Amino acid sequence: MNASTLPVRADVVVIGAGIVGNSIVHHLADLGWSSIVLVDKGPLPDPGGSTGHASNFIFPVDHSRELTDLTLDSMRQYEKLGVLTTCGGIEIARTEEREEELRRRMSSATAWGIDAELIDAARAVELVPFLNGELIRSAFWTPSVAVVDPLQAGALMREQAAAVASLTVAANTEVLGIDTEHGHVVRVRTDRGDVETSTVVIACGVWSPRIARMAGATIPLTPAVHQMMDVGPIPELAVTGVEIAYPIVRDMDTLMYERQSGADLEIGSYAHRPILHEPDHIPSLAAAQLSPTQLPFTASDFDPQMEDALELFGSILDREDVGVRHAINGLLSLTPDGSPLLGETPEVSGLWSAAAVWIKEGPGVGRMVAEWMTHGTAEIDLHTADIARFYPHQRTRAHVRARTSEGFNKTYGIVHPREQWSSSRQQRLSPFYDREQALEAEFFEVGGWERPQWYESNRGLLDEFGIDDRPHEWDRRWWSPIINAEHRAMRDRVAMIDVSAFAQFEVFGPGVVDYLQHLIVANADRKVGRLIYTPVLAPNGGFRSDLTVVRLGDERYRVITGGADGARDAAWFARHLPADGSVGFADVTSAVCTLGLWGPRARGVLSSVTGDDVSNDGFGFATAQEIEIGTVPVLALRVSYVGELGWELHAPFEQGKLLWDIIAEAGRPHGIVPAGIGVYGTTGRLEKGYRLMGAELSSEYTPVDAGLAFPKVKDHDFIGKNAYLRAREREAVAVLCTLTVDDHLDSTGRRRYPQGGEPILTPTGERIVDRLGRPSYVTSAGAGPSVDAYLLMAYLPAELAVEGTSLLVQYMGERYPVTVARAGRVPLFDPDDARMKA
Amino acid sequence: MRIMVCVKRVPASGGAPQLTEDGRGIDTRHLSFTVGPHEECAIEEAVQLVERFGGSVTVLTVGPAEAEEQLRFAISLGADHGILVEAGPDEVDPQATAFALTEAIRDGEAASGAPFDLIMFGNESPDAGHYQVGVRVACALGRPIVGGVKGIDVDPDAGRVRFRRDTPGGAEVFEAALPAAVAVREGLNLPRYPSMRGRLRARKAEITELRPHVPAGGLRRIRLRVPEQQRPETVVLGHGASAAPAVVDLLEELEVV
Amino acid sequence: MGGVLVLVEPDGGVESSAVALAFGRVIAGGLGELLGAAAIGPVADGADDALPALAGGHGATHVHHVRHPLLDDYSPECWGEALAQLVAHTEPRAVISPATARGTEVMAQAAARADLPLATNCLTVSPDSRAWQLSRIRQGGMLIEDAELTAGVVMMTIAAGAVPPDDAGPTAVSTSGTAQVVSYTPEFDTSFVHSRVVDRSAQESGVSLTTARVVVSGGRGVGGAEGFLPLEELAKLTGGAVGCSRVATNNGWRPHRDQVGQTGSKVNPDLYIACGISGATQHWVGCMGAKHILAVNTDPDAPLVTRATHAVIGDVAEVIPAVVEEIHRRARRT
Repeated sequence: MNASTLPVRADVVVIGAGIVGNSIVHHLADLGWSSIVLVDKGPLPDPGGSTGHASNFIFPVDHSRELTDLTLDSMRQYEKLGVLTTCGGIEIARTEEREEELRRRMSSATAWGIDAELIDAARAVELVPFLNGELIRSAFWTPSVAVVDPLQAGALMREQAAAVASLTVAANTEVLGIDTEHGHVVRVRTDRGDVETSTVVIACGVWSPRIARMAGATIPLTPAVHQMMDVGPIPELAVTGVEIAYPIVRDMDTLMYERQSGADLEIGSYAHRPILHEPDHIPSLAAAQLSPTQLPFTASDFDPQMEDALELFGSILDREDVGVRHAINGLLSLTPDGSPLLGETPEVSGLWSAAAVWIKEGPGVGRMVAEWMTHGTAEIDLHTADIARFYPHQRTRAHVRARTSEGFNKTYGIVHPREQWSSSRQQRLSPFYDREQALEAEFFEVGGWERPQWYESNRGLLDEFGIDDRPHEWDRRWWSPIINAEHRAMRDRVAMIDVSAFAQFEVFGPGVVDYLQHLIVANADRKVGRLIYTPVLAPNGGFRSDLTVVRLGDERYRVITGGADGARDAAWFARHLPADGSVGFADVTSAVCTLGLWGPRARGVLSSVTGDDVSNDGFGFATAQEIEIGTVPVLALRVSYVGELGWELHAPFEQGKLLWDIIAEAGRPHGIVPAGIGVYGTTGRLEKGYRLMGAELSSEYTPVDAGLAFPKVKDHDFIGKNAYLRAREREAVAVLCTLTVDDHLDSTGRRRYPQGGEPILTPTGERIVDRLGRPSYVTSAGAGPSVDAYLLMAYLPAELAVEGTSLLVQYMGERYPVTVARAGRVPLFDPDDARMKA
Repeated sequence: MRIMVCVKRVPASGGAPQLTEDGRGIDTRHLSFTVGPHEECAIEEAVQLVERFGGSVTVLTVGPAEAEEQLRFAISLGADHGILVEAGPDEVDPQATAFALTEAIRDGEAASGAPFDLIMFGNESPDAGHYQVGVRVACALGRPIVGGVKGIDVDPDAGRVRFRRDTPGGAEVFEAALPAAVAVREGLNLPRYPSMRGRLRARKAEITELRPHVPAGGLRRIRLRVPEQQRPETVVLGHGASAAPAVVDLLEELEVV
Repeated sequence: MGGVLVLVEPDGGVESSAVALAFGRVIAGGLGELLGAAAIGPVADGADDALPALAGGHGATHVHHVRHPLLDDYSPECWGEALAQLVAHTEPRAVISPATARGTEVMAQAAARADLPLATNCLTVSPDSRAWQLSRIRQGGMLIEDAELTAGVVMMTIAAGAVPPDDAGPTAVSTSGTAQVVSYTPEFDTSFVHSRVVDRSAQESGVSLTTARVVVSGGRGVGGAEGFLPLEELAKLTGGAVGCSRVATNNGWRPHRDQVGQTGSKVNPDLYIACGISGATQHWVGCMGAKHILAVNTDPDAPLVTRATHAVIGDVAEVIPAVVEEIHRRARRT
């Protein structure tokens, strides 16, 4: 299989023969790719990357469904290859806070269908007799935790690929360049010859940024150190005679793990300071002492961890004849948001990234990326791992280093679902920022934008509306009751909301109508001035995004999408531009600021500052008009995500502050309040049952599931149409529902509030899964101050999606009764949309 | 027994050494540091002797401030005290090294009023390989010293030590009176790994630091080079057992069968 | 007085002594000095003529034979002190010795006692009025150090494998081909501190690793102690010695004295057969002096395979027994 020369041409060249590259090769071959070249600079079977020194254990439970699904798929693949040994795993809580986290973990385990159990110290010691039980408050036991052999898996995957496809494996082969023409990959140059190809996959782990740069693309990761040591020989472990006989222990509060490896105990840590490396400074194979990704151990960083390990495992570690046999600073890949970097790079067509992947996800990632490359979509929704998710500033070295430094210690940390980053902030500021600061805004970040989540200046509204705080610290962390007060003020009066984080593009030219028709589900050929809300589908009929399109002219449209999804959407829209140049694309995000004005008194405010006709007759719902507000030319859209009368006011960025002041001044007599994204994104949205990309909407659900199918299907062909038509024809499998929490009291009498991600269970506590295997869990959670309920969204199997059905939600180890309040898209608040259309 | 072990901080070997751009030294950015395998055996032997006969092990180095790491490593293996003669970041020539070690040993012996029973060295450092520092120290102190030693048999009561070493044709055993010195080779024993408790103990151990004036010797390093290697075109004689005739042809050609 | 003095080992190291003499001859020629040799201790019975012949054959005009009862058997301190006294007595410009274990030890002792610098394992040397320029082996041969040596008397050892420079031309060499023997007797205090040999044993059997013409060496790919049996047989058939890599000694498959490499022995055979040794640098420096290297390895990209003159791609456990069998087959045929 190993070749000293390479074929002159191949369907695909995969660079990197670690677990990811091998898995991609294997699955591409299965999917019918016929000529495949796999190159690696290093030798086989261990080319010297992170795969070769990983600890190779897998804990399947993660709060992220996407990562859990990838892990479970990987475990099935490892098991099928015969390289998986189940040993079980224990995650230990030394603190009360960690115990709460383990209860949250239990919810995730239940939601994703993984057998797990909360156990006491005695049981933990029974499972791993060397543990110091006195340190343990409780523990989370996952019997399916396993260790795998990724090098052996890789070898088998190569063999299987070679059996069904023409596979050339070229070890000890250095990639010298990746040539592109017109933004598309055409060739890989190596020291063993060039290969013509239109598809290249970079699966080089810590080297990926270096390789991507050869083609002019960015893979925003940084190599970082994870410290490990092997301690032994320990007679109690040696007598087992096997690689691993005892469950793996994660000592969560010290951010460490301990696992048996033959006669040794392997100790790893995520507690030390972040130690980042430059991809260009990784030693070569020749210069490396052990391997390029096993750097010299820096002992002083590990000293505190050694004490922690001695405390927990003193009975076997605290001996003079048990020695530190091996210790390394192992390199792994970190990304700014902790997720992998998968998919076609936005800069270069045909250049795919499969980087920043852990052993536990490698085979699954390989399968998904191969599917994605073949079918344009993968079985598991990968949008949070899409390499196109980053805005330009998020790909800079400074941002990557800042966020990975901050993120490293979160590896075993307790991360609140709403937790905000503290580094690399204040990157993108709307023109309203100074005003918002003056109003004591609490800023949350999306896509680098600073957005007010709520305003402390509105604290006085709490008394006005009689709003209570949440009693439990976890429930109120990164939250304020002021959100609910702002919500009430908006519904009663009027609010101004900064939504400048929208990503906005203009598409234009003679071919623009056909172009848009091909991309979106809704009919784009509407009259000028019309607003079009539409799903954008993946080829499998699942969601890629949902967004608003405004026809500004015969051959010009504005596309407006969420700040979280803008980079992915920009890449998607740009990639599908026709080759003939008949459509132009311009990202106008940085040219436009947007102020939302919503509430029953919105028309009163707006009409006082513009001479244009903003009456319902003059400016109907779902239309756009250019209006003048003083000296500010404004594109006004009559639309609302919060279910109120009002407008999005799009203005030249540099006139934003002026616009803000005019509206604030004009609004004063109407009792206007500034309101944050807490209202816009959660309370207002949930009362109206609006779906959010990334929460309710993903490539695993169709518009039919989400209740977003249109009454008619346009004639024009569009991406995902066939699957969309099929979904419409068959009976609904799952229905997106809004549920209300009937009783918030926990067993100690405290009111608790689920935060999202929790499993929905039958009244008898059974997990709920639809016919396609998709579990029911809370996709969004938040208050509905105007419907006097706490709202949860969840997909339920059609038979349970019946209004009035009683179910349970499991939160922090307890179960709370919930009721299906709405099945489908009809909102709980103002079901007829009378307010919006007033 | 009081034993002194002299060690040197050296880059750990593994890959081919990479030179700095100016060629004056080795690029150590990706390397860890260690004591050589010979010295690891010296430390191990010293610790074993003290475990057997009582006493203490002092470990001594001349080098940069970072060489403290190697002293702590020795302490983690069971040495009791560490002395660092700080001599700056540049490599110290063998005469100067011997001078500095000798002074430090004299100080230590003067303070306790008694000589170290045994002063131990590695046979040569894995990097510079001068093969002489131990001999110079022993001569300066008037102690006998044998090099290349792979076996040590001490009789403290008789004040006598025997050293065994391999020779090209076999082995020879030397006898010397204590106090003595010895330069040992890997193979003397199987060095232990540091225990975790040992590492923590070493972290807290106090290191004596000396900064004497050390006169330079007559040998001065100018630069380093990687030797040119002719890479022959490898002749592949065949695969598996079927290559045997071709191999024997080669043996016959070389007239070794 | 002046001159260039070469310490020779008439017993153990004729070849390496010859190389050191060749260096000495060129240096002496360049300096316009006489070349002399020195030998310490008794010369083996019947070898009385060998010493002046060895020295004279390489252009030495005289050879100092250093004798004393304390020198009758080897003692590092006594031999070193004797050389130091000879140096003080003859005041040469340079003292040269082969970098054998004994040569190095004696030179170190002498340099220490004479308070002179010593450059060991030299590959090249060029005398200079101010400081001598030389290159020497470092890191077991992985690196070469260019250095300069400033000393009243230049002391150096010549590395095994160093190539003597071309003859510098006519010089005051011995024309008779034999050197004049001059006896020298050093003086020792009665309290002179030294070690002494109390026992000496010969290797039980077999050929010495460092002098064998063939070394059959095994590493990780041999798989275990019993995996060395075919290697031992091949060594026996080729009159060679068995060596091994550090992996093999660390795993206890072979005694430490068999180890080839930076911390083991350095070998210079005509043929080095590396069985299942991938060829880490630390091993390579031990065997790179071999004239031919045959690597047997399953991995065609293993470093030692790419550095070898010959290779067989395959499992040691199949290849070596087949080679042994082939030798037997041909032996039966003839």
